[in-house]
Amino acid sequence: MSLDLLTYLFIGGSFALYIGIAIWARAGSTKEFYVAGGGVHPIANGMATAADWMSAASFISLAGIISFVGRDGSAYLMGWTGGYVMLAMLLAPYLRKFGKFTVPDFVGDRYYSNTARMIAVLCTIVISFTYVAGQMRGVGIVFSRYLHVDVNTGVLLGMAIVFFYAVLGGMKGITYTQVAQYCVLILAFTVPAFFLSAQITGHFLPQIGLGATLGSGQSVLATLDSLSVELGFKAYTDGSKSTIDMVFFTVALMAGTAGLPHVIVRFFTVPRVKDARTSAGWALIFIAILYTSIPGVAGFGRVNLINTINGDDKAGTAYAEMPSWFKNWETSGLIGWYDHNGDGKVQYAAGDAFEGSKPDFTEGAGEFGQRLVSNPKMEPAAVNGAPFANEVYVDRDIMVLANPEIANLPAWVIALVAAGAVAAALSTAAGLLLVISTAIAHDMMKKTINPNITDKQELMYARLAAVVAICIAGYFGINPPGFVAQVVALAFGLACASVFPVLLMGIFSKRMNTEGAVTGMLVGLVSTMGYIIYFKFMGGSPDDYFFGISPEGFGTVGMILNFASAFLVSSMTPAPSAEIQAIVENIRIPRGAGEAHAH
Amino acid sequence: MSLSPEKALAYWRANLRIIWTYLAIWFVVSYGCGILFVEQLDAIQFFGFPLGFWFAQQGSIFIFVILIWAYVFSTNKLDEKYDVHE
Repeated sequence: MSLDLLTYLFIGGSFALYIGIAIWARAGSTKEFYVAGGGVHPIANGMATAADWMSAASFISLAGIISFVGRDGSAYLMGWTGGYVMLAMLLAPYLRKFGKFTVPDFVGDRYYSNTARMIAVLCTIVISFTYVAGQMRGVGIVFSRYLHVDVNTGVLLGMAIVFFYAVLGGMKGITYTQVAQYCVLILAFTVPAFFLSAQITGHFLPQIGLGATLGSGQSVLATLDSLSVELGFKAYTDGSKSTIDMVFFTVALMAGTAGLPHVIVRFFTVPRVKDARTSAGWALIFIAILYTSIPGVAGFGRVNLINTINGDDKAGTAYAEMPSWFKNWETSGLIGWYDHNGDGKVQYAAGDAFEGSKPDFTEGAGEFGQRLVSNPKMEPAAVNGAPFANEVYVDRDIMVLANPEIANLPAWVIALVAAGAVAAALSTAAGLLLVISTAIAHDMMKKTINPNITDKQELMYARLAAVVAICIAGYFGINPPGFVAQVVALAFGLACASVFPVLLMGIFSKRMNTEGAVTGMLVGLVSTMGYIIYFKFMGGSPDDYFFGISPEGFGTVGMILNFASAFLVSSMTPAPSAEIQAIVENIRIPRGAGEAHAH
Repeated sequence: MSLSPEKALAYWRANLRIIWTYLAIWFVVSYGCGILFVEQLDAIQFFGFPLGFWFAQQGSIFIFVILIWAYVFSTNKLDEKYDVHE
């Protein structure tokens, strides 16, 4: 069977499965819509959490990032898993005991203030929209590459599917589709990883394969180091970020993970406090299966990429003899080549091949059939002792998707990877859209603007909000803002500097009051946003970084400022009432959780 | 609820002790072994990995999983001891 047919079959089949589940798990009440009725088994919830959490970024981009930056990428691996330790121990069980539907619910009730609630709503919406735009884009890329449809058509198709099961099924539909999506995405990631690892090292598990010794007598990592250095890159296992920046960046990713509303809300769907802890454990197991495979995939992919492009003689491969994946991705615009030395061969080394690093393609084809570009590097030169000047641009995002093709794996593996990438993007998008619609229907309409609406009306608002949110997300997918990568820093920064501290203090400090919490949230929010906007959008120079901390890591500073200002202000203002203190005492004791309820 | 304030406080303190213990390990394996002392650890080879690199990209994640499960078992036992389990 041809690759196209297989891809249609895999993606079509998985879509049919998701739709079937959505029809089976329709939501009838707000409770089913918001928290799936509160009766989800911890293992199912663990899988759903894992699918919810592992987005297009984890599935498509992360291995690519690590492949190209090596050691520095560790911050993502540790940050995006270590956050679950914080979540399991510091937040999930207590928020489950509190027993409401949303994060703003907790903030509003614990700090007895609608101002606090609205700030939490604002953070939730900004964080979730930022995230969802990237997911839709991921769906578009997969569709355009494998199904040969326009990126925009791909985005519209993705929207239609999410629309169907998120609007119809709410949290209940989403939970059970996410369980299915987890199975699809984990198979899609691990199967090629096993193949790659076995092919290169003879070990099936990439976790072991990455440490294996190759035929040359060198270990995989040592080979990567020497290949990288020969071509003018820094050694794969060496870092370039300063220690302080690594620490702050990792903290921001961890606390940001623990503070993401769409992840937290998953722990409201289990029946008991005990189950909230257990399902965090399951979630991390399911996540770790993918995350511990990533370094292997990244390493093998890099070795394969360098060896395929530069060839056995390390002098480059003639464009005419390049395998088809190279040309396919060139057509998608994620690979570009300019023959700087005019020898007809493709050579890959450190340095930019194009002015401004990315190729700008123009109409027409060159001498060898390659796509023409308008911005080849002026005065190309070999850098850091590389044997030749770099002639290729390889987008990081193609590593996972192109890996099976680079390694010549069977067509069904490639089709499976495409279905997995779509599952990763859709599952996360659905979770985010639900959080947005809940924040609007429940926290804004019901709790703030008009408390008299009935359950039925609230459900209608929730569905309406989901529709609007999907349309906005689709718009961003079709017209992606040029700054998607930068905005992701913003999402984690905000979660780390505003949401995480306010939840933590609400549980662990009985003395924390409205004034302190609101001041803390605002200080965290404004300082982090200000820093990121100044350095990411207004052209601030890295030389002016505060103690060398990059904008991605500044959420940690925002968090510290949040804590400091919150404790200072609350110590100068009256303590919360005995009633609120009793609530805090109550959430610390597991017994008597009951089901998640609205009032 | 029939839990006396003294008992509730004792339960909470014991709970915090568990959390602090596990978070200390969490800090050591990720920030300690994966970032702060990485150069010293990299001098040691561990199944083909420099040890610091292994902690940063593999080991810390395995230990995180173990930590959450250890925490689940410890707190479940604690809940029963103080009779606050569900």
